[in-house]
Amino acid sequence: MTLAFLGGLGDALQFIVTKSEGPGGAQVGGSQLLPLLREHLLLTVVSVGIAAAIALPLGLWLGHSRRGSFLVITVTNAGRAIPSIGVVFLFFAALGAGFFNITLALVLLAIPPILLNAYTGVRAVDPEAVDAARGMGLTGAQILRRVELPLSLPLVFGGVKTSTVNVLATATLGPAAGVVTLGDPIINPSSYGDAGRLGAAIVVAALAITAEVGLSAVQRKLTPEGLKLTGQATSRRRLPSIPKRRIAPTP
Amino acid sequence: MSAPTILAQADSGFFRDRSSNGDSCVANNGFCPDWIVHHLDRYVSPFWQHLFLVVVSVGLGFAIAFVLALVAHRRHRLVGPVTQVTGILYTIPSLAFFFLLLPITGRGNKTAIIALTAYTLLILFRNTVDGLDGVPEEARDAGRGMGLTDRQLLWRVELPLALPTIIAGLRIAATTTVGLAALATFAGAGGLGDQMASQKEFISNIAVGGALCVLMAVALDAILLGAQRLLTPWTRVRAA
Repeated sequence: MTLAFLGGLGDALQFIVTKSEGPGGAQVGGSQLLPLLREHLLLTVVSVGIAAAIALPLGLWLGHSRRGSFLVITVTNAGRAIPSIGVVFLFFAALGAGFFNITLALVLLAIPPILLNAYTGVRAVDPEAVDAARGMGLTGAQILRRVELPLSLPLVFGGVKTSTVNVLATATLGPAAGVVTLGDPIINPSSYGDAGRLGAAIVVAALAITAEVGLSAVQRKLTPEGLKLTGQATSRRRLPSIPKRRIAPTP
Repeated sequence: MSAPTILAQADSGFFRDRSSNGDSCVANNGFCPDWIVHHLDRYVSPFWQHLFLVVVSVGLGFAIAFVLALVAHRRHRLVGPVTQVTGILYTIPSLAFFFLLLPITGRGNKTAIIALTAYTLLILFRNTVDGLDGVPEEARDAGRGMGLTDRQLLWRVELPLALPTIIAGLRIAATTTVGLAALATFAGAGGLGDQMASQKEFISNIAVGGALCVLMAVALDAILLGAQRLLTPWTRVRAA
């Protein structure tokens, strides 16, 4: 199969589907991309997993107890202002190259959206539903697990989705810190060539869009039937922007 | 005869130690305030270049998103499709975006600005539409009752009331774009990311570059917040 008639784009697509000899002499492209893809996904899953293990319980508990809004706001704003490339390079400079070191950097980048959405999700639960649960004699932990969590699940999961897409994007910087992800053809074009660089960019973009679309589908599945029935039009469109507006930095 | 030699050796040794002491922080790759103070000038022009990228991208993004939002405000069925398209642009990792554009626009400012602009569209569009939708129906009715045309209603009633939400969007867009513009080095557009990547194993360098990014984000955020205070005096009265 030759895609030469497409020019540079054709070469890039060719790079994605078939293995060939790169400018550096090594075999690149096609099936040779699979180890890179594996490393990319592994890095993302491990980082988001660790971040979720830290930020989910914390955010849910803070939201439930209605405390720590200052902490959440600070972490969110810091996460937004600190450039991801700075965090990755700082961990590389301080700890050296390695899978574990860049995982730590990505965990830090993944925490703010998960924390923010878990917190605001639980805070946004209808207080009347919580009052009703309390009136039925549920304890705090039961209210969180049986009322607040199910009702806030779409938003809470939205945070995990945002983090996953962010980390997928940032994992592209991996090769700059010694972890060979799909960013390798982008960061080190000398051994892959221009076709490899464009091809890898296409793969990374497709990967991020696939993750976004796939996780959005999961998010819709997680939405309780009750929430879908009441005011679907408003809640679907409004909810994602509520945290951003409310947590906008204050002087 | 031997005494002066020893003294001289001790002397030079002393001075050598001193000089290596000054550099040992750099050699040990630590956080070196001395080095930072002496090399601050090399961050000046990347800083302005970085700011240029951010201001142009957010400005362009706002111009586009604002027009789209005004159109979508009139024809509400357009909100869904525009959100989806800008959502896809928002999802494409900026690093990948730069290299997707490279064959078309080449290395330099143009590539970086297109990618960064595309990235701001979703936030700015959604917040502008949300702000306009959030205008109380009573305010619109009162405006119509005063005989305002649709255009006057938009500029005199709806947009002023939507301003806090619109500026909230601008603040998020500006802050995130500062962070993303650090990646513009891969598009050959310079900026603080360029400076960071040039010595990426040196902690002091990364720390200064990162800190300047944060500083820029905080400053832009404060400026936008100040603008909002100036433009919406009635919110101050309400708060008091």
